[in-house]
Amino acid sequence: MLKFDHVSKRYQDAGDALIDVSFHLQKGEMAFLTGHSGAGKSTLLKLIAMMELCSRGHVLLDGQNLSKVREKQIPFIRRKLGLIFQDNKLLHDRTIFDNVALPLVISGYGQQQIAGRVRAALDKVGLLQKEKKYPLALSSGEQQRVGIARAVVNKPQLILADEPTGNLDPELSAEVMRLFEKFQNVGVTVLIASHDIDLLKQMGHRVLTLENGKLKTSAS
Amino acid sequence: MKNKVHSRHQQSNGFLDKSQAYLHIHLHALFSSLGRLSRNPFTSLMTAVVMAIAISLALGFYLLLANMQQLTAGIEANNQISLFLKAGVSDRSGEQLAQQIRKNKQLDKVVLISKKQALKEFKDYSGFGDVLDILETNPLPVVIQILPKNTLDDLQSLEQLLMEFEQLVQVDFSQIDMQWVERLQSIMQIMQRGSILLSGLLGLAVLFITGNTIRLELQNRQDEVQIAKLVGATHSFIQWPFLYTGFWLGFIAGIMACLLVALMIMIIQNPIENLSILYDGSFKLLFLNLTETLVLLAMTSLLGILGAWGVLHYQLQQIKPE
Repeated sequence: MLKFDHVSKRYQDAGDALIDVSFHLQKGEMAFLTGHSGAGKSTLLKLIAMMELCSRGHVLLDGQNLSKVREKQIPFIRRKLGLIFQDNKLLHDRTIFDNVALPLVISGYGQQQIAGRVRAALDKVGLLQKEKKYPLALSSGEQQRVGIARAVVNKPQLILADEPTGNLDPELSAEVMRLFEKFQNVGVTVLIASHDIDLLKQMGHRVLTLENGKLKTSAS
Repeated sequence: MKNKVHSRHQQSNGFLDKSQAYLHIHLHALFSSLGRLSRNPFTSLMTAVVMAIAISLALGFYLLLANMQQLTAGIEANNQISLFLKAGVSDRSGEQLAQQIRKNKQLDKVVLISKKQALKEFKDYSGFGDVLDILETNPLPVVIQILPKNTLDDLQSLEQLLMEFEQLVQVDFSQIDMQWVERLQSIMQIMQRGSILLSGLLGLAVLFITGNTIRLELQNRQDEVQIAKLVGATHSFIQWPFLYTGFWLGFIAGIMACLLVALMIMIIQNPIENLSILYDGSFKLLFLNLTETLVLLAMTSLLGILGAWGVLHYQLQQIKPE
């Protein structure tokens, strides 16, 4: 599903962020990406989401070489992904429903299909009753779950989450992680960047550890 | 077979769904952009007013020109030649000469003004009636007024005609205010060019004002654009609401410009009407007709869209999600 083949990324002003990183995530696999801050976790995720391009090597998503994707095709690559951010990146002037519906509206779904899928996604994260509320009326845990609903509403093949539990207490964090496991169970590939080592150990999935841009362990 | 029918049915359904979704996106963009403008009424209004003033300047100049053309059209129809006969020529021999001139096929109308008539007209219109009463004899000559046919409205053939008449023995001198017509025509030409240049410049102004407004709007909504990009929005999807904002600005400014110019015309209507009465009421103040109004609104809306598009085309590439 996702393959890094000797990938390096060098920023002109900040130097090497990733050095010769190689790993392979199978379809339906769930893995954690960890490491100290500045180790290159965010850079690695950005390469997959095509927010950056790698300097050397190849990133293959579902067999497609991302270095060879044209600028105009980027939106269509991103539609295969479900992105989750530490700061949620919700639109505060739109309702929960409209926030979750955004990827579907963008992909050109009809109204009925949108309504059905949005409610299904909200139901999965347990927020069906709050669809008419605005993001700021929700707690931070609920907001994070709205972000997750938005990421999965388009039935992505790969979910990428950048510190999804960064702002949450341990109990909520565990709850969010269990949510990700649910998606993995239905065949979605999940990659979560997190520095919450204790939580990762509890979960018992594959852990990719980055150190100064190099991949240290890739054991399952 | 059954399967095939089923899949085709699904396909057409999908197409319907897609086009319905497309329409929905556009309708939503159309009205949400208007809603957004109305949520900042002061800012939107200021922008629209500045645009409207620029448009109304161009529009006002255009109307001024149209009105002047109407005036000169009246003048051209009156390329009248007056033949002033020599003092010794009597009304009778004047009439004979007029008969002779009438045979010329290039002429539309030949009117004889006898000495008496001339005196009466002079008394009526000049305001020197009392002075003329003092004179014992009528000093005015017989005049033959000649109106050439419309086909003869260029200056060269008029001048040629004039030369012919001046060769007649009875004619003292002939007159046509050609120089005035000539000057007016070249002034009109200059003004027409000026109008095109001015409209072009003001159109550019409208383009840049919209562009700048859209640029600010884009800056304000940068987060939204980034999020949309992250969840897979294409540039064309992102740009629609902004293009519609440009459309609304142009459209509203166009309407405001029409109202502004209408107001200006209402203000100068009275003095113009007074002037018109002095000129036999032949002059009527022109305003835009329905077609012209629609064309103007289409043009200002298009300028709004173009201004927005120019900025979006460049700026959307610059906004990269972080």
